[in-house]
Order: sequence, then structure tokens, then C-alpha cells
Amino acid sequence: MSHAATASDVKGLSHPLGVNNAKLCMWLFLCSEVMFFAGLIGSYIVLRLGSLTWPTPGEILNIPLTGVNTFILICSSVTMVKAFAWAHMGNQTKIKRHLFLTFLFGVIFLSIQAIEYYKLYHHHGLHPSGNLYGTCFYILTGFHGCHVLGGVIAVFVLWIRSLLGHFTKGRHAPVELVGLYWHFVDLVWIILFTIVYLI
Amino acid sequence: MKSFMHKYVFSTDHKMIGLQFLFTAFLFMLFGGLLAMAIRWQLAWPGTKLPVLGVIMPETYNVIFTMHGTFMIFFVVIAIMVGAFANFTVPLLIGAHDMAFPKINMASYWLFFISCVIMLASFFAPGGAAATGWTAYAPVSVKAPMGQSLWLISLIVLGVSSILGSLNYLTTIVNLRAPGMHFFRMPMTVWAIFITAILVLLATPVLTAALAMLLLDRVLDTTFFLAGTGQPVLWQHVFWFYSHPAVYIMILPAMGIASDVLSVFSRKPLFGYHAMVYALSAIAGLGFIVWAHHMFATGLNPTLGTTFMVATMFIAVPTGVKIFNWLGTLWGGSIHFSSAMLNAIAFVSMFVIGGLSGVFLAAASLDIYLHDTYFVVAHIHYVLFGGSLFGIFAGIYYWYPKMFGRMMNEKLGKIHFWLTFVFYNLTFFPMHIIGIHGMPRRFYDYKQYEFLRGLEPLQLLISISAFALFICQLPFVYNFFVNLFVGKKAPNNPWQANTLEWTIPSPAPHLNYAKVPIVYRWPYEYSLPHAKEDWLAQDQP
Repeated sequence: MSHAATASDVKGLSHPLGVNNAKLCMWLFLCSEVMFFAGLIGSYIVLRLGSLTWPTPGEILNIPLTGVNTFILICSSVTMVKAFAWAHMGNQTKIKRHLFLTFLFGVIFLSIQAIEYYKLYHHHGLHPSGNLYGTCFYILTGFHGCHVLGGVIAVFVLWIRSLLGHFTKGRHAPVELVGLYWHFVDLVWIILFTIVYLI
Repeated sequence: MKSFMHKYVFSTDHKMIGLQFLFTAFLFMLFGGLLAMAIRWQLAWPGTKLPVLGVIMPETYNVIFTMHGTFMIFFVVIAIMVGAFANFTVPLLIGAHDMAFPKINMASYWLFFISCVIMLASFFAPGGAAATGWTAYAPVSVKAPMGQSLWLISLIVLGVSSILGSLNYLTTIVNLRAPGMHFFRMPMTVWAIFITAILVLLATPVLTAALAMLLLDRVLDTTFFLAGTGQPVLWQHVFWFYSHPAVYIMILPAMGIASDVLSVFSRKPLFGYHAMVYALSAIAGLGFIVWAHHMFATGLNPTLGTTFMVATMFIAVPTGVKIFNWLGTLWGGSIHFSSAMLNAIAFVSMFVIGGLSGVFLAAASLDIYLHDTYFVVAHIHYVLFGGSLFGIFAGIYYWYPKMFGRMMNEKLGKIHFWLTFVFYNLTFFPMHIIGIHGMPRRFYDYKQYEFLRGLEPLQLLISISAFALFICQLPFVYNFFVNLFVGKKAPNNPWQANTLEWTIPSPAPHLNYAKVPIVYRWPYEYSLPHAKEDWLAQDQP
């Protein structure tokens, strides 16, 4: 019978995808995050297509400012990759430096976003309530901002741990996991920047 | 005391967490059942005084059917399928010591618990609990009293709990299978939970996004679902994008359980094992592209409606494959009518009826008429009670010995089964008829309408059968709880089943396997022509 045993059957099967538990879990978690943003972005597309009026790009939002902010977030992804690469090689000084830079870029991104919100709310009268454009703008970028905040906290914890010398050549899985999350948040921003600001 | 807390309350053992889900869900099953009794009381004798509650007012009636649906779907069926059974069975059936992340597993239960508390607390909110139906259609839900906000928060927390659970199941099934346990040697229960976990992982976040938007509409005055600026129908799209896959989240594990139970008690290999797996996957995949069949009555573009109709009807194909495979499994087997088996057979036959009425409802032109009538209520109960709940009963009768180390009483089990089966059909089958007659699903007092008055005899029949159905659960409650203490001690393998969990003592010890088992064969080696016994366990070379 085809289901009977053969000698090759009993070899170990752990990690058939070549990915350990934590990394697999992170990838799966990011899948669910993709679906969360898909729900939001899908709703945004439906609402915008169904709306009779919509401001033209740049009419309300400050595209150059957010363009700079986008660049800063992309830079933070670069420093994150570097941090992981140095962790892989076990260079303590450079892990610390790049984790700190990533953290710093993240904070700058959030600060610029906060300034942007403040100006839009108080100077341009754009509120989340009462009008659909404000609703979509604040909630989409706001949910992303919360994700960046979570990432910034995680990177901060990594940085502290790197100061304590927790990451060695052989043991630096948290750097990779947070890195995956950080790149995902970055990628979502590029999509949001495109559909909320540029189009 | 400390060890008690560690063992039974803040446990990281997958079996204990599964039982925590099970017992919490039992409590909600009681609440949800009592609410159903109140609904049936009102429909049998509208406006008469009910013991304890008094006369049900229209606002209260709305709360009652909303919370009946919410409890039964989110806190009973999903909790038992994805919380209790998945937790209890997955590591045991694949030969693992525990879940990949025991602490995340514990967090999953405690988030579930918090969400239960919030949902129960909503009854005491000003204006009462949510009263907009379990579907919470906008814009009514945007303007509803505060209970609706608690309802939303509770379900967001529940969603996070489910996602954490599914991360654990998927990681565990992919990475922690025992040596030799290839994907195509996994029991159908594990396959079903694997595919269900993918559905939970990908569908639940969309519901979370929808719930968050609705909550923001309520507390921040955003305008996602508000008529005029936003789009109320958008709520239905995002809600059903989750809630249609959710139907499969509730039924696929039952399909897995039934497959295993049918094979064990017919002493025959599962018919069409590979086809079963592909059919499960097909149902799950199609489940993502059919959501708008719940929305034919919203003024959906008829061309679009037709595509959703056709896609929906396609689901009948893999479903048919499964049903014929179950019949093929039974065919020519030496069938043992144990309590678990009877419930599994009831699952198959009742699910056929629920599936067929689903095809009726999928036909857009017919659905325009049947939408929001009792026909829909009949359909959902044939799928969720006739399907999921009989599957749950089958699973409980089957794994009870491994859960508690004691046997349930077979005679009581059979009495419970037959009474439930008869009164279940007497309760829900006539709902098809009153639905076709035009009885709307959420009317407070149907007697105010001339054309519905003739339904009184059927309404009485349904209500009296429903009360009987409720009372008939007493033998089960007795059987379950009393045998925890006085039941006959269970041997390792009372059913002579092949899967790994039956090779270890009952109840399964902490960390399950003293030595990692090695798997040599698929789980369905029954009635082998030349074997000594009529079964051969998976760990036998």
C-alpha cells in the first residue's frame, strides 16, 4: 500500500521551510498585518471612488514635507538592514550605531508626522470628523503611525539590549525579527504615501 | 494554591488552555441558549409575561437576538472549534510536546477571557447591550447607544486573540510535526485546523479594520459608514469579507473531526484522503470571493451579483466531493454506532440540508425574496447547529477519554443524541416553511401582520420543540460533568484508533510524549487484509 513505511520516511521533519518558529511566526503575523491594511486601503479606495468631490494632490497636504519624511523612513530601513548585517558579523560598535540611527530616524518620522497633523488640524481646519477626506487621511496615516510607534519602541529596546551586549555573531534573532516588521511598516508607508498624497 | 493557579488558571499547557476555552464556551452556550428560549417565547406568545424576565419589550427583543447570535458565533462555536479543539488536538495529533509558543497561547486565552468580560459588561451599559443584530449594520450601529461600542471593543480583543491562536497553530503544524509525520500523513482534523487557521489569519484582520472604523465613527465622529458623507454599504462589504470565511472557520474543523470519527467507527480508511484535503482548500479559497452573496438586496449591480452567485455555487462542488467521500468511507464498513459516530453521521446528513438551502440562497433572484426571512435562519442553524454543533458533540464524545481520563456513558450519550436530533429537526425544519411564507427574521410581533397570522401553529411547534431541545441537553450536561468524577477509567485507546494521541495514557500527561514518536504511516490503516488486528497505529513500523 502506498502509505506504508519506507526508510526515508522517519528522518526528522522539523523546519521543512527552513525557517525557525519565531521567524515563521513573524512572517505569518505580517500576512495578517497585510490583510489589516488591505481592509483599510480597500475601504479608502471604495470611499474615494464613491465620493463626488476629492481635493487634488497637494491642495491640502504638504507633499514636499512628507516626501522628505518618506525619504527618512526609507533611510531607517537601510540602517536597519545594516544593523542586521553587522549583527551577523558580530561587530558590536556598528550594531549599536545602526540601531540607534534607526531609532532616531523613526522618531524624526513620527515628529514630522505630528507637526503635519498639528498644522493640518489647526491651520487648515482638516478634522477627522465631519468630512470624508479628513476621516480617511487621519485614520489611514494614523494606523500606520501607531505601527511606526510600535516599531520605534521595539528598536529602542533592541538598542538598549545592544548596549548591554546581548547580540553576538550567533545570537541576534530579535534584530532580524524586528527588522522584518520594520521593513513591512516602511513598505506600507510607501503605498500609503502614493495613494493618499500623490494620486 | 500556587500550583493550582499554575496548573488550571495560568497554564501554558495546550491541553489545559483548550479545556479553558471549552468550559468558558459552555457557559456562553448556556447564556446563548437561554436567549434563544426568550426569542422563542416571544414568537410563540408575543407580549405575554415570561418567568423572571417579565414581558419582553421590543428594545429588549433586539438585544436578545443580537446577543444570541454574537454569543453563539464568536464565543461558542468559534471558541470551541478554534480555541478548544485546535488547542487540544493539534500538538497531540502531530506528536509534539506542546504548541510552538505556549505563552502566546496563554495570552490568546486570556484575551478571549477579557473580551468575554467586556461583552457581558455591555449588558450593564446605559441603553443596554448592542441591539443591531450580530451583523451590526451601519448606519444604525453608528448611532446606537454605548453598548455597541463595548460590543466592538470586545470583538476587536477577540480578533487579536484568534490571530494569536492561528499564528500558534500554523507555526506548530509546519514546524513541530514528529519525524515521519509528513503533511499527507496528518489526520484530517489537523488538516482542517491548518486550513481554518489560515482563514483566521487572513480574514480576521479585515474584521478588525472594519470594527475599528465603526468604533472611530462612533467615538471620533469619523464618517466611514455614515450616510451622506461615507458609505453605509461599505460596512457590509468589509463585514462580510470576514464573516463569510468565518462560516468556514466554524464548519471546517467539524469536517475534519467528522472525517476522523467516521473512519474510526466504520473501521475503514477515509475515502479520498487527498481529495478531502484539496476540497477543504478549495472551500477555503472560494470563501474569500463570495462575500457579496449576503448583499443581493442592497442594490448590488446585477452583473456583479451574478459573478458572486456563480462563485458561491462553485462551493457546492468541493462540498459535494467531501460528502461523497464521507459516504464512501461509510460504505461497506463495519459501523459502530457509538455516540461520537451518531453525531458525526448527523453532522454529515444535516450539513447536506444546510448546504442545499445555501444553494437556494445563493441564487440571486430567489434570494431577493428569501433575504432576511426565517429561511435564512433555518439555513444558518442547519449549518451551525446541524453542522458545527453535531461536529462539536462528536469531537467531545470522541476525545473525552483523552481529555479527562474517564469514559462518558454511552447509553446517556445515545439518549442525548436521539432527543437532540429529533427536536433539532422539529425546531429548525419548519423555519424553512415559515420563511418561504414570508416571516421576517427579526420581527418582534408577527401577529400584527395579517398575512403572518396563519403561521401560529407552526410557530408554536417551533417554540415548544426549541424548549424541548434545550431541556434535552441535560443528559449531556449530566454525562459530561458527573463522569469527570465517577466515569469509568479510560484505557489508552478505547476506540482502537490509529492516531498518535491514543498511544499515550489517558488523560494525556503534561508534555504529551515521553519520547518523540516516530510516524511510519497515515492515520487510516483500518481493516488491513493481512494484519493481526483491524487497525495499525501510526507509530507502528
